[in-house]
Amino acid sequence: MRVPISWLGDWVDLPADVTLEHLHAALVKVGFEEEDVHGFGVQGPVVVGRVLSFADEPQSNGKTIRWVQVDVGEPEPRGIVCGAHNFEVGDLVPVSLPGAVLPGPFPITARKTYGHVSDGMIASERELGLGDEHSGILRLHERGLVGEPGEDAIALLGLDDSAVEINVTPDRGYALSIRGLAREYSHSTGAAFRDPALEPVVGEAAGYSVVVDDAAPIRGRVGCDAFAARVVRGVDATRPTPSGMVARLKLAGIRSISLPVDISNYVMLELGQPTHAYDLGKLAGGIVVRRAAPGETLETLDGQVRKLDVEDLLITDESGAIGLAGVMGGLSTEVSDTTTDVLVEAAHFDPVTVARTARRHKLWSEASKRFERGVDPTLGPIAAQRVADLLVELAGGTIDPLGTVVPYLGEPVPIAFSPGDAAALVGVDYSDDEVRDTLTLIGATVDATVDRWTVTPPPWRPDLIDAPSLVEEVARITGYDRIPSELPIAPPGRGWTREQAASRRLAQTLAAAGLTEVLAYPFQSAATVERFEPGAAAVQLANALDPQAPYLRRSLLPGLLDTARRNLSRGLTDLGIFEIGTVFRPEPGVAYGTDELPPGAVELAPDVLDALTTGLPPQPRRVAVLFLGDVVPKQPGAPAVSAGLADALDAVADVGLALAADIRPVTGAHPALHPGRTAELRVGARSVGIAGELLPSLARELDLPGVVAVAELDLDALLELGATEIAARPIGTLPAATQDLSLVVPVETPAADVRSAVIEGAGDLLEDARLVDDYRGSGVPDGTKSLTFALRFRAADRTLTAAEATESKLAGVALAASRLKATLRE
Amino acid sequence: MSEITPQAVDAAVKAALSAISEAQDSAALKAARAAHTAEGSPLAKLNASMREVPADQKAAAGKLVGEARAQVNAALAEAEGRILAAEEQAQLAAEAVDVTAVPSRRRTGARHPLALLMEQMGDIFIAMGWEIAEGPELEHAWFNFDALNIGPDHPARGEQDTFYVEPADRHLVLRSQTSNVQIRSLLDRPLPLYVVAPGKVFRKDELDATHTPVFHQIEGIAIDKGLTMAHLRGTLEHLARAMFGQGAQIRLRPNYFPFTEPSAEMDVWQPNAKGGARWVEWGGCGMVNPNVLRSAGVDPTEYQGFAFGMGIERTLQFRNDMNDMRDMVEGDVRFSQQFGMVV
Repeated sequence: MRVPISWLGDWVDLPADVTLEHLHAALVKVGFEEEDVHGFGVQGPVVVGRVLSFADEPQSNGKTIRWVQVDVGEPEPRGIVCGAHNFEVGDLVPVSLPGAVLPGPFPITARKTYGHVSDGMIASERELGLGDEHSGILRLHERGLVGEPGEDAIALLGLDDSAVEINVTPDRGYALSIRGLAREYSHSTGAAFRDPALEPVVGEAAGYSVVVDDAAPIRGRVGCDAFAARVVRGVDATRPTPSGMVARLKLAGIRSISLPVDISNYVMLELGQPTHAYDLGKLAGGIVVRRAAPGETLETLDGQVRKLDVEDLLITDESGAIGLAGVMGGLSTEVSDTTTDVLVEAAHFDPVTVARTARRHKLWSEASKRFERGVDPTLGPIAAQRVADLLVELAGGTIDPLGTVVPYLGEPVPIAFSPGDAAALVGVDYSDDEVRDTLTLIGATVDATVDRWTVTPPPWRPDLIDAPSLVEEVARITGYDRIPSELPIAPPGRGWTREQAASRRLAQTLAAAGLTEVLAYPFQSAATVERFEPGAAAVQLANALDPQAPYLRRSLLPGLLDTARRNLSRGLTDLGIFEIGTVFRPEPGVAYGTDELPPGAVELAPDVLDALTTGLPPQPRRVAVLFLGDVVPKQPGAPAVSAGLADALDAVADVGLALAADIRPVTGAHPALHPGRTAELRVGARSVGIAGELLPSLARELDLPGVVAVAELDLDALLELGATEIAARPIGTLPAATQDLSLVVPVETPAADVRSAVIEGAGDLLEDARLVDDYRGSGVPDGTKSLTFALRFRAADRTLTAAEATESKLAGVALAASRLKATLRE
Repeated sequence: MSEITPQAVDAAVKAALSAISEAQDSAALKAARAAHTAEGSPLAKLNASMREVPADQKAAAGKLVGEARAQVNAALAEAEGRILAAEEQAQLAAEAVDVTAVPSRRRTGARHPLALLMEQMGDIFIAMGWEIAEGPELEHAWFNFDALNIGPDHPARGEQDTFYVEPADRHLVLRSQTSNVQIRSLLDRPLPLYVVAPGKVFRKDELDATHTPVFHQIEGIAIDKGLTMAHLRGTLEHLARAMFGQGAQIRLRPNYFPFTEPSAEMDVWQPNAKGGARWVEWGGCGMVNPNVLRSAGVDPTEYQGFAFGMGIERTLQFRNDMNDMRDMVEGDVRFSQQFGMVV
């Protein structure tokens, strides 16, 4: 809401030296956030001039300019070159003299042009920032203005006014008006407030036929619960809107259109009550307010033909729909230059009805904005009268003696309230008097004759519905800065949960291991989902930002690949990145969610609540890593080391370390990964993830050069499988015996299997077995390889002899031989 | 057999000492040791001839030879030390490198500052005895809206603001706030309740310098007997001081949220801001609306409390003087790497 200072000052006392900063500060204090300031950006001297004479001078470029002599209140007239021809000798016009600055900024100087020295500029409305009119200069009498040459035109035109813009929260519809904000300014500063809605209203008999016939109220609320209409006959709709009104509308952000429309907007801004002016001559019979019929259409004022929904509330006459109630009028009954008789509507419409219609038709108007947020339902007759009065004053005509009022019959609901409620919720020791006075100040009626008060809110405050909402008013008006600071003592907490601590440790570990954490978006295309998990079901968004990527990720890997690509495009060729995040993995054929949407503010039955809580697709958390380019760059005396599966598996080992999980790779397969370089990751027999190098074809498709090594693990599963308590073994301190062992096995036999067999066969004496060589070639048969392990033996209670170590080793060999056809390499 | 005479002994010692002193490296010293102390050397031969010395002269001869051997051995030890020291010096000189250009064998990693900031704020609350709660990112609309007193016609529920899951009439959304955790915590945990919920949220905004469709919030809720807005302010002030220094302050301004009443916008006085201390808009807060408590089956006449929430991206923006939201979300490793492990 934009608030012109002069307008506010009509209804509340402002200090003589009022500033925009002062207004902002005063309004912020009562809860209206500062947004902006607005002014015309005109600096003087801009004065009234009288056209004394002029000569039209055709130019070689085809234009005809006027060389004008203008009296600007100086001893001698000034000569000014002007391109417009819409004025006559004797006209009063605004003259910007050298030194003036018009909006743009456009500084005015005396300059030589078309063979003259032009000593200023005669301005159009657009040049002054008043409106769009630029077909000619502004003739002051056309705006109903008189003045003397040399008089300050800035003040005369209202261009010295400025406005504060504040944010009005959606519960305070009343504050979308000068009336509401003058009242709030008064609350904030104590300045005297005069209510513009106190003018007496006449004529409440049945003037023009208006019937409300709502056959389908939404949630029991009739779409229109008050309707006032006045008829004004014999107006001249072509008369200009006074410049002061134009200036205020402009500052408030509304363009001047025509006198009747300007008046309607002016009253809406002043009182907060939207009104509409119909050309009475175009109305066919009485008005009926009803819901739309199936298939009905309406051409709205903006020229759009709208297909109506049966929920839309309409203003209709015998010809059909003539307006979308509370949103926008229809084109067929629009006032025009030829309009002489006007019907003024000021009605009250149900917020939900208006909000739904505005949203349905994507038609957010100044009127719908106000009705959605709540308009004082008693204002209609006052606003209709005010519009009618202004029409008579500014456009001529007379008001029909009989008006129409479908009266508002609702009553504000009294609220039971204890004066102690405020202190109990806010923590400030308000006195009872202070609470009562504050509530009275905002317009409520307080019955404080009993311990438990009855507070009846004023009609413009539909947001006041319970004790806490009244408490907020007390706190707001007396100032939030009075709230003291006190630290509550929470009961002893248990700290980060085991899972929370573990995932934090995981992130720290991976970062310390040289990976950089990233956070990717979860939105993916159908092709991406299919590429990584053919045939899998993914969650689809109904209203994705990017229609090409409406699915939620089942895997973190595509996001990491995207991120890698973006880094690569910025010249960052060597990458180690990781993400910890949620994936969305619906089971095929399961209908998640519920058909019903239970209401709020009531406790739900356990089965209803259970359906809401559990009807969600699985959303496990995962951790994924990606390596690209060199893990160690080329440096003096050291060659580069390129990323590969080894890096992914090292990261997996780091994951295992952080989560106390014994993660083992086994030969695996994945549709996006190199078939010969893919490891399934297991804890015990359970599969917890995958590691591998991206399929070269996929890497090429994604423009990722070289080897891309990745791994992805199910973090939730690892948290479940990871050790919670470590049982410590004694550390043997007696001397160890070390031996090497070379076994020949078929090339396809995984080394891990051989190692496991040796360890299992060798028994307790074998403390450690490390693969140190994999040899293929001469000396070992074709199709086999020789695996060499460094073994370390130790006993807890004695120094081992070489014979004992050998015996243990041979037991390992024996098991590897029987299980894997391994032979001892001679 | 050599005869043990002072002249013979002296000659052997002289020869040995000369050879030892001339040795400049371990090999030469080893040769000198072999030539002058080992089997067959003059001194060894003199020593061997002790057997033939008459008994009455044995003491004198023994002393003569013993002293000679001791003298030679001492010289050997001294030379050994000297040569080892020299050789080590030479080795160290040869092994010197440019320490500013030693090849690195590991890359440098980094945490994402948004994640670090959430953890840091979590730590502050943990230290106050609060706990950290989490909830699903894909959520039933009831938890995201209705239970929070956001009615069915509230504009935030529109398809232009909130992401809906297909089919939309099954009422699943990507949560637009972490407040769903408020309801889940109230349902799952015993009272009194003091929890914060950091996490990812989603709103249908195109990515630009100030918006991102995926961002992070931290929300807190405290429900107990007798909690007031004073406790809200105290909690926020404690948080602000822990994050922005002792000079930090909290300013509350009236505002509107469906889930709180009274509601407030909170500003923080950032005493150490680049460019000078200033007030910055930080988030929203208020006293939990009784309807929220009712939704979770909590009796609002017995319990009341406060809730607050702030954007992590926004906090990072003004705390760490950043301008463009896109830097935080695009995954450019240079962004996280300027933070390293500390935010």
